Amino acid sequence: MHEVILIKYGELTLKGLNRRSFEERLVKNLKRRLAPLGSFHYTYAQSTLTVAPVGGVSLGGAGTIDNGNVPEAKPVRAAQGDERLPADVVRRVGMVFGIAAYCRALCLPKSMDALLDGAGAFLAHDLLAARTFKCEAKRADKTFPLDSPQISAQLGERLLKQFPHLRVDVHNPEVTVTAEVRDRYIFVHGKQIPGAGGLPAGSSGRVLLLISGGIDSPVAGWMMARRGVNVVGVHFASPPYTGPRAEKKVHTLMGKVAEYTGGSYLHTVQLTRVQEAIKQNCPEELGTVLTRRMMMRVAERIAFAERAEALVTGENLGQVASQTLPALASTDSVCTLPVFRPLIGMDKQEIVAIARRIDTFDTSVLPYEDCCTVFTPKHPRTRPNAEIIAKVEEALDIEALVNACVANEVGTVIV
Amino acid sequence: MNAYLDNSATTPVSAEAILAMQQALQETWGNPSSRHALGLSAEEMLESARAAIAEKLAAQPEEITFTSGGTEANNLAVLGGAAAMRRRGNRVVITAVEHASVYESAEHLSKLGYDVVRLPVDQYGRISEDDLQRAITPGTILVSVMAVNNETGTCQPVDVVKRIIHANRAPALFHVDAVQAFGKLPVRPAEIDADLLTVSGHKIHGPKGVGALYIRKGVTVLPRVFGGSQEGKIRSGTEPLPAIAGFGAAADNLPDLQTAFTHVSALRDHLVQGLQSLGDVVVNSPPDALPHIVSFSVPGQKSEPMLNFLSQRGVYISSGSACSKGKPSRVLKAMNLAPRVLAGALRVSFTHTSTMDEADKLLWMLGEAMRTLIGQ
Repeated sequence: MHEVILIKYGELTLKGLNRRSFEERLVKNLKRRLAPLGSFHYTYAQSTLTVAPVGGVSLGGAGTIDNGNVPEAKPVRAAQGDERLPADVVRRVGMVFGIAAYCRALCLPKSMDALLDGAGAFLAHDLLAARTFKCEAKRADKTFPLDSPQISAQLGERLLKQFPHLRVDVHNPEVTVTAEVRDRYIFVHGKQIPGAGGLPAGSSGRVLLLISGGIDSPVAGWMMARRGVNVVGVHFASPPYTGPRAEKKVHTLMGKVAEYTGGSYLHTVQLTRVQEAIKQNCPEELGTVLTRRMMMRVAERIAFAERAEALVTGENLGQVASQTLPALASTDSVCTLPVFRPLIGMDKQEIVAIARRIDTFDTSVLPYEDCCTVFTPKHPRTRPNAEIIAKVEEALDIEALVNACVANEVGTVIV
Repeated sequence: MNAYLDNSATTPVSAEAILAMQQALQETWGNPSSRHALGLSAEEMLESARAAIAEKLAAQPEEITFTSGGTEANNLAVLGGAAAMRRRGNRVVITAVEHASVYESAEHLSKLGYDVVRLPVDQYGRISEDDLQRAITPGTILVSVMAVNNETGTCQPVDVVKRIIHANRAPALFHVDAVQAFGKLPVRPAEIDADLLTVSGHKIHGPKGVGALYIRKGVTVLPRVFGGSQEGKIRSGTEPLPAIAGFGAAADNLPDLQTAFTHVSALRDHLVQGLQSLGDVVVNSPPDALPHIVSFSVPGQKSEPMLNFLSQRGVYISSGSACSKGKPSRVLKAMNLAPRVLAGALRVSFTHTSTMDEADKLLWMLGEAMRTLIGQ
């Protein structure tokens, strides 16, 4: 008797011939994320991936996935005398992309007594908080002496005895208790927990995220990561106008996104010279769009070196002066890589909701100057004209400025 | 050579304080409440630190209650004082420029239903006697006015407050936040007729994590921390003897106030002259402020780039007050400064060990910053 996690894949089940490679990627990611917490068996059967701690049961059988590069079985850290998995394991499963939903299940010997005795204590947390419930049984093993309705009836009766406050509601229960009779074990579980969704990290290539330290860019990075890309970051610092705390903040934010992807890399570029050159040589009201254009040029150079296939920004239509349609067109026109803006049509509240969900919000709102808030023109031009921009940029030695930025860039591994 | 000119944020710990703390950690580590010999020697050390603080305040040792710092002492004074006076009235009077530990405590009182009056200030951050006269009613139970403002050095007329309380027949307790004044000016609560007065360890070259509230004999403050009845039941919890011993030693080793004041005044005059010769600099502190604190602005230059530039060159000062971490200062806002001046506010704070060389290095680097940094 111990706890396992049952995982339902997300939309990758919709894939056709290359579904297999998506699945392999997901299991590989999952293994890498859980490896520091102990050793697990991974078994795929009946469209469910089962993660069980080594030393518990061996599920064996045809569906067993090779445990791969785990040299020695590490015991899973659980409280003594507790068959439950540590909270960290559950939390990490919830952060792996490609998983639509998962649930914590109790793995029991294949007998009705074991099921009736074990289910109540295991589900107590869910059941005590609920008012209504129902039981469902799935009998994959048709040799089991009781049929599905009989299993549900007996289980329901026992749970009602143990939790007299509950009522059965077969149409709209707050908790559905499911007993699955499999080849060698019975699994019993309560609520399904929504997973991180999306596609397995690394299945869609690599992008470079322009990350400022605000609320939007980490959310944009997370949204792209959820589509299966590896997200590498580039941050523009402007010392001494921006300080070490602002850079530390970006490292923290990148780390939060990396928790979902399993690791990342951050390039920090000093933009001071560029911003000073623009301030000194160009009309003030064009400062914002000119700076954005320089950032895109530098970012694209770094993207090429990183073999990233697209740039990602947290821009959002109409939010600030550099995020009007003409301004976005003007920034896009300096680079050849596609520029993705996953937040383009979202409302601020929706962005904030995601920022809270992925735990970047509280870091993002720390009040340090960033390179976008220094040198902000009082009345930035919202409809920059391409000819004027081209004319104005003649005052800048763009090639030299970009080269200097790329040459002095500093990289950090984010784990 | 670095120039540490952020002494209102915190001061370097003096050798004497470190020695006392080390002794408390290595030898006198007993619990002051224990009945055995180890406890007794700890209690003696605790009481001698209490006596040292009391002596500096010209107070009785039993009037000193140790807390975890200035913030807790201010919280205890405002919240515990108001609670003790609950039946005598409903009004609490503070100033708009109090430290956050007083200001936010008063905000909390206002949520509990107290009538909290925040006195406005003039361009120098000073309250007026007329406003005090009007604000203090017969239903006023607590008046809290800081001695010296932590952002500007402005001195408040704390000597007239108790007279107004009496004249207006208010039952009010009078609290003074003297964290920035202690160790720099003579602070004697009995002379200004204060009932409660806050001091802190790490602003006088003692350790962080310790402060004290002077509670005049006969005055009742209700505790905010409950437990084993230490500190006369006002502040329970085993006394942090290493910190308290360090605080006591720091108080014992304060310099002669007159000599130190003269020295720091010379530093301030030198700095202000230098600032004026740099050109476009506005001094926000009044001419008669405590010389230890000089607030000034370089209009058009935001403070954060300035601080980063200076920090890279070993010059450590602050913007507004260190507790506010980059938010625009409520105190300077209350003084009605122009937005450009507000955004560029910087604070230099001296201690008696500060030197002319440090002031010169600051002026030199400020000049560099103004030439190098591109303003808004």
